[in-house]
Amino acid sequence: MTALSIKLNQTGPIPLAVEFCCEEGELLVLAGPSGSGKTTILRSIAGLYRPENGTIECRGSRWLDTSTQYFMPPQKRSAGLVFQHYSLFPHLSAGNNVKIAMGHLSADKHMNRVHQLFDLVNLEGLENRYPSELSGGQQQRVALARALAREPAILLLDEPFSAVDQVTRRKLRQELVRLRMKLNIPIILVTHDLDEARMLADRMCILHNGSSLQTGIPEIVMSKPANAEVAYLVDMVNVFSGEIVRHDAVKKLTYLKWNKYELECVLREEFTPETTVDWIIPPESIILHRHDRPSRGERENPVSGFIDQSIPLGENTSIIMKLNGCADVLSLNIPTHTARRNHLVEGEEINVSLLTEAIHLMPKANKLSENRLS
Amino acid sequence: MDWNALELSIRLALYTCIILLPLGIIISRLLAWHIFSYKGFIEALIALPLVLPPTVLGYYLLVAFGQASPIGQAFQSLSGSTLVFSFEGLVVASVIFNLPFAVQPMQRAFESIPHTMREAAWVSGLSSWQTFWRIELPLSWPGIVSAFALTFAHTLGEFGVVLMIGGNIPGETKTIAIAIYDRVQAFDHTAAGTMSLLLLGLSFFSISLVYTLAGKRRPLRGV
Repeated sequence: MTALSIKLNQTGPIPLAVEFCCEEGELLVLAGPSGSGKTTILRSIAGLYRPENGTIECRGSRWLDTSTQYFMPPQKRSAGLVFQHYSLFPHLSAGNNVKIAMGHLSADKHMNRVHQLFDLVNLEGLENRYPSELSGGQQQRVALARALAREPAILLLDEPFSAVDQVTRRKLRQELVRLRMKLNIPIILVTHDLDEARMLADRMCILHNGSSLQTGIPEIVMSKPANAEVAYLVDMVNVFSGEIVRHDAVKKLTYLKWNKYELECVLREEFTPETTVDWIIPPESIILHRHDRPSRGERENPVSGFIDQSIPLGENTSIIMKLNGCADVLSLNIPTHTARRNHLVEGEEINVSLLTEAIHLMPKANKLSENRLS
Repeated sequence: MDWNALELSIRLALYTCIILLPLGIIISRLLAWHIFSYKGFIEALIALPLVLPPTVLGYYLLVAFGQASPIGQAFQSLSGSTLVFSFEGLVVASVIFNLPFAVQPMQRAFESIPHTMREAAWVSGLSSWQTFWRIELPLSWPGIVSAFALTFAHTLGEFGVVLMIGGNIPGETKTIAIAIYDRVQAFDHTAAGTMSLLLLGLSFFSISLVYTLAGKRRPLRGV
């Protein structure tokens, strides 16, 4: 069941063109580089920002409808928001920070509910501490408890883990995963961290310049981006352009002209021959041929070149390969011990295969963004 | 020692503070959180009494409040007395020349409250009025007390404007600062000395309070 549906449009000062839904109990991640409008969208849902055009509906109640000039103030919206820097009230104890959001309950129930919430976010016994006496992770938990104190219909998290150290971040993420099982309300989380998105999201929505470019489960968005723009935003390497040559319905293959090669790709008949397309291949799907004997998939899209750079990064070595006779470079990863054993040093001639299954074709993008997500 | 003048001064200072407290809060919140056209002009206008010679300010207030002016005439038809050379006139003048002393500390205090703090209150379900009482006021009270102390001390000590607008009527417009001048003119140095010492003490106490409170604000902002 759809818990929240949102549609926003405006040209400025912050451009917005988004439309998405969030189901009951679903965790939707809005991911985008800074300036992509993700926080503005969250603020619009909370009622802290009033976009020019749009509608927001939550569990059957209208929160915003610009066509009838309807705007529900934030106090009336049943939304819990955790701010990026928490914005705890410094003059109130942690317990009172949470209690202040319980206007809907009679006073005699407050203390009980505070203790319940503090148990829920693993802060038992810290009710009397002031925010300045709490660590970053504890402050975040207080902010979460405060957001839940209203018993909201939706929980909004604005970069909730950005202000804490790595160890705390990992712990807080795990706690969030456990917490959402108990809550069963939709959660919208804003982040620029792709690992975070991949770990936490049921679905993710990639934003750029206020537009939602692609919404889907993380595995799909990360491996089959809708276009090169998304591919760049999710930090994919090996993004190239090519031209569709022909389709072969019997072999279930589409042939793609790329430099001097004709690559075999999975059949995608929606692209007519002679159109230019963008395509990607993940580094892990580029297979290095062995010098001494043939290896798996050697006949699949063989490409030859030489090693331009070889960068050992712990267990894996990242190889930047220049192709013979063109400017394109391929990135591939191989285990560091393999690189050592095979003396893969800069300048070495190598042959690789581009696995047919892994080549993903996308419609040609107009312009490519310089921004990438981390 | 002119107890009458001291009592009048304290009464004037209290009235000024009571009027300026809500007025100053309204003005300083507007200036701290809103962007509007002519904002710089309005801020300059409020700060003007800081640099204007009191006699100049007094002169213009005298002209503005006089029986020839619409303000003076309106006041007279309403209350039956004149605005100049009266205690009421002094209070109005005092409110005007104390505006910067009240507004500036409060404006700084409100500016130091991050906007997200108020937003956090709104999404916690607090109305604007509740947000003001439960969040803004507790976070800005050092600034508000500073404003109160500065206004109080400054009103006690103001001489030029009071003399211009109020003259020297015992029990009506003769404040302690004027009484000191009066006593010096009459070669009564003992009385002048006592009253000066009293004003010195009060002023020092007020300004110490302001600095103590200014020091207190820091830990609040550290979060």
